[in-house]
Amino acid sequence: MPDQSSSKLPIEHYVAPLEETKLEAIDSVKTEGKPSNLWIDAWADLRRRPMFWISSALILIIVFIALFPGLFTNEPPNANCLLANSNGAPVAGHPLGFTRQGCDVWSRIVHGAGTSLSVGIIVTILVFTLGVIFGAFAGYYGGWTDGILSRVGDIFFSIPYILAAVVIMTVLANYRSVWVISLAIGIFAWPATARVLRSEILRVKNSDFVTAATAIGVSRFKILWAHVVPNSIAPVIVIATISLAGAIVAEATLSFLGVGLPTNIMSWGNDIAQAQTTLRTAPQVLIYPSIALSLTVFSFIMLGEVVRDALDPKARAQR
Amino acid sequence: MLWYTGKRLLQIIPVLLGATFLIYFMVFSMPGDPIAALFGDRPPAPGVIEQLREQYHLNEPFIVQYFYYLAGIFQGDFGVTYSGQPVNEVLARTFPVTIRLALLAIFFEMIAGISVGLISGLRKGGIFDATGLGVSLVLISLPIFVLGFVAQYFMGIQWGWFSPTVGAGAPTQDLILPALVLATISFAQISRLTRSSVIETQGLDFVRTAYSKGLSGKRIVPVHILRNSLIPVVTYLGTDFGTLLVGATVTEGIFNVPGVGRTLYQAVIRGEGPTVVSFVTIMVLLYLIVNLLIDLLYAVLDPRIRYA
Amino acid sequence: MSTPLLQVKDLEVAFRTQNGVVQAVRGVSFTLDRGSSLAIVGESGSGKSTTAHAIINLLPGTGHISGGQILLDGEDLAKASQNEMEHIRGRKIGFVPQDPMSNLNPVWSIGFQVEEAIRANGIATGRKEVKARAIQVLKEAGLQDADRRLKQYPHQFSGGMRQRVLIGMGLAANPQLLIADEPTSALDVTVQRVILDHLESLTRELGTTLLFITHDLGLAAERAEQLLVMYKGQVVEAGPSREILQNPQHPYTQRLVAAAPSLASRRIQATGSIAAAESAIAADAATAAGEAIDLIATAEARAEALEAAAAQPPAIVVENLTKVFKIRGSGDFKAVDDVSFQIRRGTTTALVGESGSGKSTVAKMLLKLEEATSGKIVVGGKDLASTSGKELFALRSRMQPVFQDPYGSLNPLRNIGNTIAEPLQTHKVGTKASRRERVFELLDQVSLPRTLLGRYPNELSGGQRQRIAIARALALKPEIVILDEAVSALDVLVQAQILRLLAELQAELNLTYLFITHDLAVVRVIADNVCVMQKGRIVEAATTDEVFGSPKEQYTRDLLAAIPGANIELGA
Repeated sequence: MPDQSSSKLPIEHYVAPLEETKLEAIDSVKTEGKPSNLWIDAWADLRRRPMFWISSALILIIVFIALFPGLFTNEPPNANCLLANSNGAPVAGHPLGFTRQGCDVWSRIVHGAGTSLSVGIIVTILVFTLGVIFGAFAGYYGGWTDGILSRVGDIFFSIPYILAAVVIMTVLANYRSVWVISLAIGIFAWPATARVLRSEILRVKNSDFVTAATAIGVSRFKILWAHVVPNSIAPVIVIATISLAGAIVAEATLSFLGVGLPTNIMSWGNDIAQAQTTLRTAPQVLIYPSIALSLTVFSFIMLGEVVRDALDPKARAQR
Repeated sequence: MLWYTGKRLLQIIPVLLGATFLIYFMVFSMPGDPIAALFGDRPPAPGVIEQLREQYHLNEPFIVQYFYYLAGIFQGDFGVTYSGQPVNEVLARTFPVTIRLALLAIFFEMIAGISVGLISGLRKGGIFDATGLGVSLVLISLPIFVLGFVAQYFMGIQWGWFSPTVGAGAPTQDLILPALVLATISFAQISRLTRSSVIETQGLDFVRTAYSKGLSGKRIVPVHILRNSLIPVVTYLGTDFGTLLVGATVTEGIFNVPGVGRTLYQAVIRGEGPTVVSFVTIMVLLYLIVNLLIDLLYAVLDPRIRYA
Repeated sequence: MSTPLLQVKDLEVAFRTQNGVVQAVRGVSFTLDRGSSLAIVGESGSGKSTTAHAIINLLPGTGHISGGQILLDGEDLAKASQNEMEHIRGRKIGFVPQDPMSNLNPVWSIGFQVEEAIRANGIATGRKEVKARAIQVLKEAGLQDADRRLKQYPHQFSGGMRQRVLIGMGLAANPQLLIADEPTSALDVTVQRVILDHLESLTRELGTTLLFITHDLGLAAERAEQLLVMYKGQVVEAGPSREILQNPQHPYTQRLVAAAPSLASRRIQATGSIAAAESAIAADAATAAGEAIDLIATAEARAEALEAAAAQPPAIVVENLTKVFKIRGSGDFKAVDDVSFQIRRGTTTALVGESGSGKSTVAKMLLKLEEATSGKIVVGGKDLASTSGKELFALRSRMQPVFQDPYGSLNPLRNIGNTIAEPLQTHKVGTKASRRERVFELLDQVSLPRTLLGRYPNELSGGQRQRIAIARALALKPEIVILDEAVSALDVLVQAQILRLLAELQAELNLTYLFITHDLAVVRVIADNVCVMQKGRIVEAATTDEVFGSPKEQYTRDLLAAIPGANIELGA
């Protein structure tokens, strides 16, 4: 019987046979496969995802309808409205029936696509531009610049942008147009983008590659646009996609409230508002534009979702 | 904590001034007679115009007007409505209803959002998770008024589960349907946020350390995972309150809830400018106060902020 | 008492990934007797931590035990249920994790987190008893004012204090086995030593068996009776610590022993024969005979080079340099306090200190990334304070930095070619074609293939990224390179490779290095002169041999004593 001192016995010295544990060169370079960085990888990831193709296809179809409404309907949206057809059921040539005013529902939906998309795109460009300028300068230059820019952002952020747009559109009742409504939404919608970019920039600007560029002698302004912003922009692109959807909803909401676009401009929000009085008797008149609106919004939300998954390594790990 | 509270209170002052200035600027720096612009082609009773002129000090320079307006706000005087009623009176009547509706909605969205998010996060990649993600994407895509009408038509009119509009005195059982509608969009956001937060927290070192101490999953999930995951969710509630305010305006309009939102809704629909401005101002103030409270709550939840 | 406490037999651990199953641990076996101590040593990716996590059944993500047995007191943990493991963790196996900053929950107080461990393991019940035990546990772990600090939160504790809390929690239930996963690698060396000493005496007192995971061979040998060397998921060598260190048998262990800076004793002699340095690192028994001769020759050559350098004007002169940071609420903070030193052309001066010593601030001021509060910096005869605009731009090309974090020092969205060419483009050197040639030349100099030109940083290892950073720093043919912890984040073998590369480049291009590091062990193999910094001041400055041979200051002696494994005799 081994006694308690057994653990004190010399432990045998084991050496693995060399043929079983082959040594590799230290730190060997592997250059198989294609080059890869965030964008290349993101694109490779997107290409594999059916959700990306579905949402892109939906968006392309909507864009196509918006650009060439004449290809999808022969009915003008406003003319040829007969009160006799009020809330009428579908007949040949009018697949979705008629509105309360007796206008063709399908034609109004087709012609409304352009309005929604225009507002979405104009607002997104505005929000992206303002957000990037404010966020980039505030985050990168810090100090007083940041103090002032961030406070301005806080002030604009403190008024929910749809409420702000309600006030603007109420005051500008006589000047309502796609441009005015886009400005009214965009002018208060940018701070969220600026905040995200600012915090990304704060993260990136202390990276050693930024310091290395400074030590090389690259100017501060050039470092911002050549090194810092490209490495901070990914989340902003995700937000831009989603804010396009948000802008479409905002326009529809304002039109629904009666402070959006005038009735001579096709807008799904207007049509939904018009149809609400006859919700009990003719729900279909309200449902069809609602579906068009929700489907458009859904396409952009879905695209934003897959783009986020592809661009954000954290989100990718959470799938 | 005291220092933090003081700091937040000081920080809110410029924002408060800026926000009220912006609203005022939007209304009164526009070309032409602002009173005329506010009413458009719907002239009010003759006495009201005079009252408004006086209320907004339109004969003074712009900046002086603004300070009068600001002084009014700080004294709790929001002027009169389109029909000449003091805004405060309307507020006293409508505010309690909206508070009940909002609390109900927040209750629904928190309970449902956090539970769904927690289960999805803990069972990442499962059927529940996949369904939850799909449903939340669809819900986020539905504009609130579409959702409101769909709910009203099916649950109220077709199936008769709820009263399609809110009755006199706004009994709480009538508020359930509008509150559910109001809660839906934020529910989707909260469940997604909770999910990603739970997944992230689960992978953190201190969770593994908690397991290594011999704690059971039953303790670790609420105490270490959920507790930490709630911090970003609470922060989100601040921003979400803005959505809730806009949502309340639309939902109260659709369901005829006699609250602050419907007052604004009707004022907007009828083009009653002064009422719109007053109520938007009130909502913005409310939004700022709620955000301040949430910031303080954030400090309660996170000792790193409290003792910074 | 005949059965060992822990027997691991043919352990296999696998991870499911998108590209199939990856085997992280392949057939690891070892036994651990009661009261003994074993250290598993290996580089990152060797499977050492995975082995430890498998034993306590806390593998991350998709990791799972795919084969073998883990017998604790005869009970197979590989087959234990979730419930059984909960019972074993804490009570039978304690765990001390690596990073004190991330292993405590920031939203709960220290007391709460210790108390819940005590309660979960049934050590004490009742509010008062649990609290008393918590205080006792923390006091044992070296937290003297535990009763007062129970209500405080983790962020109010220093790194060393947090690690003590974690050790206290790991030992709270008197487990038979304590697994310590790199318990001190995130701490300063002097703190590291104190804590390891404490851990050692504590486990000896309690009779705890210790399983130690570390990347540092010297540390492992100093703290454990037995060593287990892992390489790519397999055990390559195991046995008594000293024997392995003195007489490594497997070529991988030999490499590791040779490369460990804490065990090395001389400067890399790149002057003259690169082959000599090669063999000094490889420490291959077969070439040992030839090595001795080469070393003497190269050492002489190096001495000559140093003498020649002495005749030239110094490349860098720093005089009475001071940097004061204004901190809101708490007045001024002197990060750098009256620092003076000179570096002669073609030599290496190391600036050594622990975190907060101000060494990196000195580097920033030299690079003019930070303005000096007072004092003088003269680079190549030019006073830095008076340079600006064009002169500063020109000066920048003569002095280039390499930073610590290999993952942060390259722009992830720029390909390697553009990264290395950026200094050339910025300073408008040559044509597009000639710049491309120069990039190729630089890639050759840092021994990387030219095919990397169109690749991106995320495809490269840490060591390779550091090579790219070195290539970028050398693009403008600078005289001075400031190496700010440039090898600190690398595995030992890669670290040795980069150090050798730096020595070769210095010999070839007559470079002047300012080598900033917290790791005194590395200093010995790269520096000619050493300045030891503490709290913003230089406390000792001398040649490397003097500092290591006869340190004058107590602080320097403390630092030297804290180098793990420094006093282990290596075999002839």
